Amino acid sequence: MSVNRRDFLKIVSMSTILSIGGVASVSSLKNQAEASQVSKSPAALTAKRWAMVVDMSKFTSEADYQRCIDACHRAHNVPHITDNPKHEIKWLWTETFEHAFPGNEDAYRAEKFQEMPFLMLCNHCENPPCVRVCPTQATFKRKSDGIVMMDMHRCIGCRFCMAGCPYGARSFNYKNPRPFIDQSKENPEFPTRMKGVVEKCTLCYERLAKGLQPACVEASNGALIFGDIEDPKSEVRKILSERFTIRRKTELGTGPSVYYII
Amino acid sequence: MYNGGKIIIGLIIFVGLVTFPFIFHGDKATAKPDPKVDTAEILKLPENERKCVESKEFMKREHMKLLNEWRDQVVRDGDTIYTNAEGKTFTISLQNTCMKCHSNKSKFCDECHNYAAVKPYCWDCHIAPKEKQS
Repeated sequence: MSVNRRDFLKIVSMSTILSIGGVASVSSLKNQAEASQVSKSPAALTAKRWAMVVDMSKFTSEADYQRCIDACHRAHNVPHITDNPKHEIKWLWTETFEHAFPGNEDAYRAEKFQEMPFLMLCNHCENPPCVRVCPTQATFKRKSDGIVMMDMHRCIGCRFCMAGCPYGARSFNYKNPRPFIDQSKENPEFPTRMKGVVEKCTLCYERLAKGLQPACVEASNGALIFGDIEDPKSEVRKILSERFTIRRKTELGTGPSVYYII
Repeated sequence: MYNGGKIIIGLIIFVGLVTFPFIFHGDKATAKPDPKVDTAEILKLPENERKCVESKEFMKREHMKLLNEWRDQVVRDGDTIYTNAEGKTFTISLQNTCMKCHSNKSKFCDECHNYAAVKPYCWDCHIAPKEKQS
């Protein structure tokens, strides 16, 4: 019994039509989600590359620093761990001149600058070494605006990034951070972290998405200026073209995006 | 049979141990999970707006995939707005969107997750809504 050419073509074409129909009906549930789409919030602040200027002349008292640090740490549920300095978690902190700008020591510099605390944060480098060494791409440079982000879902806690970062901007959760967060000051809109992940400043990506300035900038009363460094009309660029600014450890080639007016 | 007595006693103990859960528990099945969607926040909405981001069937089957995609879209791509097939938009956020309606984590999430013995690690970091003890 042989199938002739005409019957063979009939069978093939019928089975093709049936199988297409079958696939379509199975995937109808799936289509529901495929018809959906995601997009950026229209309210979001956008930039080609975010940068920050720290105007040290506007930090006159201890309280000026603390206000910014508290705003940041409260907004992001950063635990306050004091029993072991190695376990300390910091997104925004202060450092002396010689630690912040090593290689620029000068025995005869005014004492005021030697002892003045400088506000430190992640520099959101143009060429971030932490991103290069991360084996899981848990830390990565956001293409849209240059923020060096942390994806806590992917962090495996290997701490390569901490070794890679020349600014000490990263902290490791040696223990569960939750007991060290003041329940009454907890921000219920932002997650905490868990034991075994590395965290750092994320330039308030969650606030930028809502159209808000970073928490520290908002609390600084104009001492911190935030803007798009690739936009020649931005306030940051205006300041950089008028004032003398320095950055931390530029000789390393990381291209930090935080500028200091001394 | 060498050591017949010992072997038989051993066998009886073995069978007893293996069948112990069935004898002890009988044929009662564990209560079927019954996730509750009757939170105050949901009941406050008008009847025709009581809908999740996608259909109930879809959410039942695919919520874990959707959440997985969402977290990458938000964290990695910065896309924070989800537009569903009907054209309604939602801010993508487990803590601030999902759990605002489903404020009953223990009766909504845990009900099935415990039954199915799955332990998603969402709540290691994300803050669960405070539930009133009832």
